[in-house]
Amino acid sequence: MTATPRLSLREITKRYPGVIANDGVSLEVAAGEIHAILGENGAGKSTLVKIIAGAVAADAGAIEFDGRPVVGADPAVARTLGVAMVYQHFSLFDSLTVGENIALGLDRRLGRRELAEAIRSAGERYGMQIDPTAHVHDLSMGERQRVEIVRALLAQPKLLILDEPTSVLTPQATEALFATLRQLSSEGVSVLFISHKLDEIRRLASRCTVMRAGRVVAVVDPRGESEQSLARLMIGGQPPQIAAHDTAPGQPRLAVDGLPLSEGGEPLSFEVRAGEIVGIAGISGNGQNALMALLAGERSARAESIRIDGRPIGTLGPRQRRALGLRYVPEERIGHGAVPELSLAENALLTIDRLQQRGFVQPAAAAAYAREVVHHFDVRCPGTQARAGSLSGGNLQKYLVGREVLAEPAVLLVNQPTWGVDVGAAAAIRNSLIALRARGCAILVVSEEIDELFELADRLMVMAGGRLSPAVAAHRLPADELGMWMAGRWPRAEQ
Amino acid sequence: MRMPMSGLSLVPRGSPSRLWTWASPLLALLLTVTCGMLLFSLLGRSPWQAVSMFFVEPLSTRRGVAEVLLKATPLALAAVGLALAFRANVWNIGAEGQLIAGSIAAAAVALAGAGSGGWVVALAIAAAACGGMAWASITAWLRDRFNANEILVSLMLVYVAQLLLSYVVHGPMRDPAGFGFPQSPMFDRAARLPLLLDGTRLHVGFLLALAAAAAAWLLLARSVIGFQLRVAGLAPRAARYAGFSSRRVLWTVLLVSGALAGIGGGAEVTGPMGQLTPSVSPGYGFAAIIVAFVGRLHPVGVVAASILMALFYIGGELSQSRLGLPSSLTGVYQGLLLLFLLGADTLIVNRVRLRATPA
Repeated sequence: MTATPRLSLREITKRYPGVIANDGVSLEVAAGEIHAILGENGAGKSTLVKIIAGAVAADAGAIEFDGRPVVGADPAVARTLGVAMVYQHFSLFDSLTVGENIALGLDRRLGRRELAEAIRSAGERYGMQIDPTAHVHDLSMGERQRVEIVRALLAQPKLLILDEPTSVLTPQATEALFATLRQLSSEGVSVLFISHKLDEIRRLASRCTVMRAGRVVAVVDPRGESEQSLARLMIGGQPPQIAAHDTAPGQPRLAVDGLPLSEGGEPLSFEVRAGEIVGIAGISGNGQNALMALLAGERSARAESIRIDGRPIGTLGPRQRRALGLRYVPEERIGHGAVPELSLAENALLTIDRLQQRGFVQPAAAAAYAREVVHHFDVRCPGTQARAGSLSGGNLQKYLVGREVLAEPAVLLVNQPTWGVDVGAAAAIRNSLIALRARGCAILVVSEEIDELFELADRLMVMAGGRLSPAVAAHRLPADELGMWMAGRWPRAEQ
Repeated sequence: MRMPMSGLSLVPRGSPSRLWTWASPLLALLLTVTCGMLLFSLLGRSPWQAVSMFFVEPLSTRRGVAEVLLKATPLALAAVGLALAFRANVWNIGAEGQLIAGSIAAAAVALAGAGSGGWVVALAIAAAACGGMAWASITAWLRDRFNANEILVSLMLVYVAQLLLSYVVHGPMRDPAGFGFPQSPMFDRAARLPLLLDGTRLHVGFLLALAAAAAAWLLLARSVIGFQLRVAGLAPRAARYAGFSSRRVLWTVLLVSGALAGIGGGAEVTGPMGQLTPSVSPGYGFAAIIVAFVGRLHPVGVVAASILMALFYIGGELSQSRLGLPSSLTGVYQGLLLLFLLGADTLIVNRVRLRATPA
């Protein structure tokens, strides 16, 4: 480490009202180094990288890039220096195409054809194919992430920052991304990689800065650490263990019979039984969101194609389905599962129908319900009057899962239960699903995280191209075969 | 978002500033007044006359205050309804048309009930509400059935309503003894709104406006439909997730805002005017859009903003009668206020920072 570091942070401090997000954080990244930042939600990782990218100004401390001090916070200046950032919360315009979004993020101007060619070649080179003419609002979360990464790569960065990049990728795609990152690193590009996936950090990074509550608690070589030791550093204690399960499933509670995702689509059929978790694996954008919208009642279907406890519900709306015990935690927290501008208490009103009486909302009852959720699910927040949008991703997700779980559903649909959530919160969410299963709930989990599905699900299905594979006992499906299924190649004979 | 000018830059705030949500209209008002003073000195008058005409004179007598509240009445009624619609992301731009439709309906009842008891005026106001609702329901239906853009439809219907008004005062409702002037006969005493203050023109319509604001506040803060319309405006997908009916929200806010604008029109003809004329409204329905935004789409704020806007109307008239300045000053003040408000509103989500000159 005698050469000038690519990036050097000294004593960076950033305060927000009520919290110190970064407290004297120092960090060095060498040229061509892959450096991981590990930490729980709220540890200050995202704030730190926003400061590096010039999106947020530090209150105190100094930043040097290639030995030269960086004055003031300005994303444009950071970009000229060669910092490219892939945010955890996407910064894409829904109504524009992929190409237009990428063009907006580039400082140099390219012709339409040139740009499309650049996107295609970058996509090919890094195994991230995207159609430049597709509209972003039609893309899944996984596809949007690909757009973000390709956009960052097209800027030919010297320092590439990725905030939780693998949470929506398949194992194969994660491998491809890692290969890309190693290739970039060998070309001298520094990579700053934020994650809370311990195995990935150990596989990829040569140095790891561990943050807790805004401070750096350790800088280690992750290759010399075990997952347990990293987890201990991160949360300052033993990670919560997932409870074991040994319940026998009962009667079918959710029965889907001949339900096409769209007009003329292949009809899907499956069932979820009481006391059972069924997982749907697959790369996002293969029909999962359409399926969830149909099951939750945001879109209507033929009455008999969906049943709860034998009762046809295909034509009912979400509220009527909730009355029958079907509840749903959508993939997107902000703007779908929660209204960010409203308080936690008001967000309880969205789906807890008993908080409305005779045409009036019951603010006191809503606050009490929200307090209950905050208490039982360890949601870290200033209070139930806090705006939902002010919570960190993990805490809001705990709140949203808690809101539905506390209502004791008969059938629970969960789309990406732990997307962008730290280890501690993810374990808490999974534990609450497992406890709910033990109480006889039928749970359907859509996830792109294979490990999560193997941990949770009794039976697994795979979704690809709008079709569903047959359901198999999770332990009978090896991970490498799952990769084949995710590409749509499962044995047709079993259908 | 960089302004190279004078080393100031706008930096996004983490979350919207509560302080600036309410400070922004005050800053806009301050800038408007400053500009108004500048305008007066350019017109060769003392800048203090601007302050005097617009803010001192109208409020210095009992009668003056009553006139301000009288003007504020149709503005507040229409703007309270618009605030609800805008909160739900339903862009009803046609309050002017709904107000005119309400005034025609009220006039029809007032004329038909000539010679009856005092209940006629109540019926006329109810008819005004129905008239406004009917006019707004055209917009709602076209949006609901054909997904027609409510901004365009409601705006175009303003011109239809104006032509309809012109037709009825030239034709079916024209006063036979009116020397051919396009206006209706004067209504009976019984068909006029009772006065609130003797010796002034202030009528009970003002109380209706206050009641409407109070009801709208209750609706937004406590009712289920109010919650639904807020969610529909803030996060349409969350509204779908919760199972709120977007059609119900659309119809509710359009019918309510139409009814309130209609009452505003009805209160004008049964109040100070006493007859239907082609100039029922000097653009109250359009000014109400500004009022709704200056009032932060909050019922209490809307009432305050409507009084401010009424001061502009009266200040403009005073400037014309006392100083011989054009009364279109009112429009200038309105425009300036909205312009400065939109500018000042950037401070809600951004903070201003002095920066070293960018390299």
